[in-house]
Amino acid sequence: MPINIPQIDYAAILPELLTGGMALLIMLVTPFIPGNRRYYTGYLALLGVIGAAIATYAGFAKEVTTFSGLYTTDFFSTAMKLVFLLGSFLVILLSDNFTRLLKLPAGEYYSLILFATLGMMMMASANDLIVFFIGLEIMSVALYVLAGIRRVDLKSNEASLKYFFLGAFATGFVVFGIAFIYGATGTTSLSHVFDISLYKFPNSGLYLMIGGALLLIGLAFKMASFPFHMWVPDVYEGAPTAVTAFMSSGPKAAAIAILARVFIFAFGEQTAVIAPIFWVLSVTTMFVGNLTAISQSNVKRMLAYSSIAHAGYMMIAFVAASGEAVSAVAFYILCYTVMNIGAFAVLIIVESKSDGDNQLASFTGLGRRHPILGAAMALFLISLAGIPPTAGFFAKFYLFKAAILKGHILLTVIAVINSLISVYYYLRVVVVMFMIDTETEFRPVTYPSALYVALVIAVMAVLALGILPSYFFPFDQPMLVPFG
Amino acid sequence: MFETYFPIVFLLLVSIAAGGGLYLLSKFLGRKSPESKYMDTPYECGVEPVGDTRERFPVKFYLIAILFIVFDIEVVFMYPWAVVYDRLALFGFIEMLVFIGILLIGYVYILRSGALKWD
Repeated sequence: MPINIPQIDYAAILPELLTGGMALLIMLVTPFIPGNRRYYTGYLALLGVIGAAIATYAGFAKEVTTFSGLYTTDFFSTAMKLVFLLGSFLVILLSDNFTRLLKLPAGEYYSLILFATLGMMMMASANDLIVFFIGLEIMSVALYVLAGIRRVDLKSNEASLKYFFLGAFATGFVVFGIAFIYGATGTTSLSHVFDISLYKFPNSGLYLMIGGALLLIGLAFKMASFPFHMWVPDVYEGAPTAVTAFMSSGPKAAAIAILARVFIFAFGEQTAVIAPIFWVLSVTTMFVGNLTAISQSNVKRMLAYSSIAHAGYMMIAFVAASGEAVSAVAFYILCYTVMNIGAFAVLIIVESKSDGDNQLASFTGLGRRHPILGAAMALFLISLAGIPPTAGFFAKFYLFKAAILKGHILLTVIAVINSLISVYYYLRVVVVMFMIDTETEFRPVTYPSALYVALVIAVMAVLALGILPSYFFPFDQPMLVPFG
Repeated sequence: MFETYFPIVFLLLVSIAAGGGLYLLSKFLGRKSPESKYMDTPYECGVEPVGDTRERFPVKFYLIAILFIVFDIEVVFMYPWAVVYDRLALFGFIEMLVFIGILLIGYVYILRSGALKWD
């Protein structure tokens, strides 16, 4: 009996091949480079990310399903991949000086960033729950190591260990959920889950929902949503700041991508059953994130809680569960990636000036001594709060619009109230930067140029997305049409 | 559909009966020995225990063990491939080369990084 060899479209997976190939190449050359020159591998990583982005862009809007239907590239996956690659690009730029300053193992660092990006890309393109799971693991394992890459720092070790134990536990839920979905429908393929559900056993609808709920637990953990958010502040604070910037944007985007694929695309109308869960998760996550952020005196922790709050806003899309909501959340994650990484870029500069201190006090007078840096930070924070004319405003605008179109008025009102709460703690940093002068002199640190490039890109992106959102983002085309 | 789970329930009951039964038997039939210094020591095949089990190991053991697992899995993957080698033909051969190649990069990495040096 001959074995059917799957049809493989190598062009469709070219971005993944480039990212993974470059990660392997960096791993291969790193031990041959003397230790003090290893940060040059950052350029290789940049090259890989740019190559992958070009390959992704070249395949834009081409719908290909390959590997016997396991893997699919469509408009949605292409857009999400470009967001991941943009995030990785900015983080690699941030890391250049950072890895040298902290003496991090640069080769391993960049290699792991690329592997994590590869995992995210696999998650965005997965058309099968097993492929999704492999992508999730590639991403997660790389991130566990990245969180602890400062081996000599106890906090970094703590972050890595906490992330690993809790993350492995969450992954267990994902696998259990996949098992339930398979049990209910007899397939792990996302295009067929809806087709044959309710036909296998009398109760398969129930088991499908149990499976979906378990899957949701695991993904809610990865995107730092309410009852599964406990790890976030400690891990984000302990991990090196550039890694935190990466962790708070990439995995969240990847979790959103797979949530959209499972709960909006595959489950189709069944999602209505699970929508109340999303409603509760969204509201509680917003309140917990925003209210706890108020009492933080550490800017890194404050950004961690803000990341939780933003996970809450993004959940709104799954309550609305429409084609528009998917486009809106994809736009949201794009905006969140640039403004969040931008804020972390400023935090890295401030940290390097104050011996790794990231308390609110170390921002005192920053706006007066370094007006441009202060203005950039203010812009990112205003954008995170969702005030026009920044990216954050339109991100929230499209998301809330999608919710209102589906009649979720109360949810939108709660989200707007939460945005108002968040203004307090975001603007507090701006007040400290501009209204209070400092006696202590800022040490003149020569600015790392790569970090500045990242900062300029982030500032321009926040402004461009805030002024001409529809120019950069095609809202008129549905990204992912709900199934069934 | 639940009949298929009967063997698992049966296995569960047997294992509870075996474990619990042995415990209860020894409790009822066993000789109540007076306090002795052997009461608190773990049973080690009749040999007197020497020292604590929780000792500090050099981390190198773990490193070698982890690296061993990686290449162990590689060999495990080769078995099914070898069984259907003729049916997968060239495609399978190239896929296996890619797989081994990726692991080889890992091997070169650990070798050059000195992870296999004992001292």
